[in-house]
Amino acid sequence: MPHDHDHGSDLDEMSARVMALEKLLTDKGLVEPAALDRIIDSYETRIGPRNGAHVVALAWSDPEFRDRLERDATEAIHSLGYTGRQGEHVTAVFNTPERHNMVVCTLCSCYPWSLLGLPPVWYKSMPYRSRAVREPRAVLKEFGVTLPGETAIRVWDSTAEMRYLVIPMRPGGSDGMSVEELAGLVTRDSMIGTAILPDLAGKEEART
Amino acid sequence: MRGSPILNPAESNPKAMPRIPGLSDATEPHFHAPWQARLFALTLSLQQGGLFDWPDWTGRLATHLRMAVQLPSDASGAEHAAHYYTAWMRTLEQFLEEAGTAEHGRIEEMAESWKRAARATPHGQPILHENGLAAPSKR
Repeated sequence: MPHDHDHGSDLDEMSARVMALEKLLTDKGLVEPAALDRIIDSYETRIGPRNGAHVVALAWSDPEFRDRLERDATEAIHSLGYTGRQGEHVTAVFNTPERHNMVVCTLCSCYPWSLLGLPPVWYKSMPYRSRAVREPRAVLKEFGVTLPGETAIRVWDSTAEMRYLVIPMRPGGSDGMSVEELAGLVTRDSMIGTAILPDLAGKEEART
Repeated sequence: MRGSPILNPAESNPKAMPRIPGLSDATEPHFHAPWQARLFALTLSLQQGGLFDWPDWTGRLATHLRMAVQLPSDASGAEHAAHYYTAWMRTLEQFLEEAGTAEHGRIEEMAESWKRAARATPHGQPILHENGLAAPSKR
């Protein structure tokens, strides 16, 4: 690759600023580079939507857990070992044929990290944040989701204190599946409410 | 209908509302550049150390996001990520400045020496902050 200067490279402004901040804080003993590496590694590889999918699969297959989740989701989720480092509370909102739930953070980007990992870029973007409440049906359409007219849409606005987990409807044709198999069906977006899970029974005919 | 990815978001929305970025990319990374991941980790580390609590953080972040210049409707996911984490950076800098941890001007100064160090370091070698401490080379 050609370079118009014979040595070195240009650092972009934000990279240089963050490097400066890290050096400043490290020199003062306020952060430790190895600890930063560990945080990045855990959010990139270990903390992700699988935790949330496990919660959903349990809610589908264990009526007692579902009750607990409905009554006090924070407690039910903590009992599985998924604790939010921000100390937030979680409410589980259940999709039904009558009501579809969708989550947004209109002010910034509050999101149940411990269950879903870090939010996707669109979740943090101004277009989603400003439009989800105003025109949820149009937003869902952009996500490729068209709900029946009789299904009401309820949009939940997350805050620093309260996060929401959407429990999507269990796909038809998933009877008899194990918790692990069920968890494998659950997508991140279905737990934000911007996707619905396809019916497994309809798979055969859809293929033709 | 099967769970196919998003088809054509642009056409489905004739009113030209701002487009939601990155919908069609299910494999989109959390961070679009290493500095974003580093900044995120710095923030979590400082929060654990008690520099601020999350309600304070999100309140400030919301203010910075509101004040930020709006992106054009056709902005990419990468541009949105940079935009978001730039507001995040301003939030953190504000907390640090109030705590007297990073005095105004100190970050700029150090950023400049990192840039000098990068320019002075041949490709393939680690960039050392010390190499940027000297006055800018006269090229």
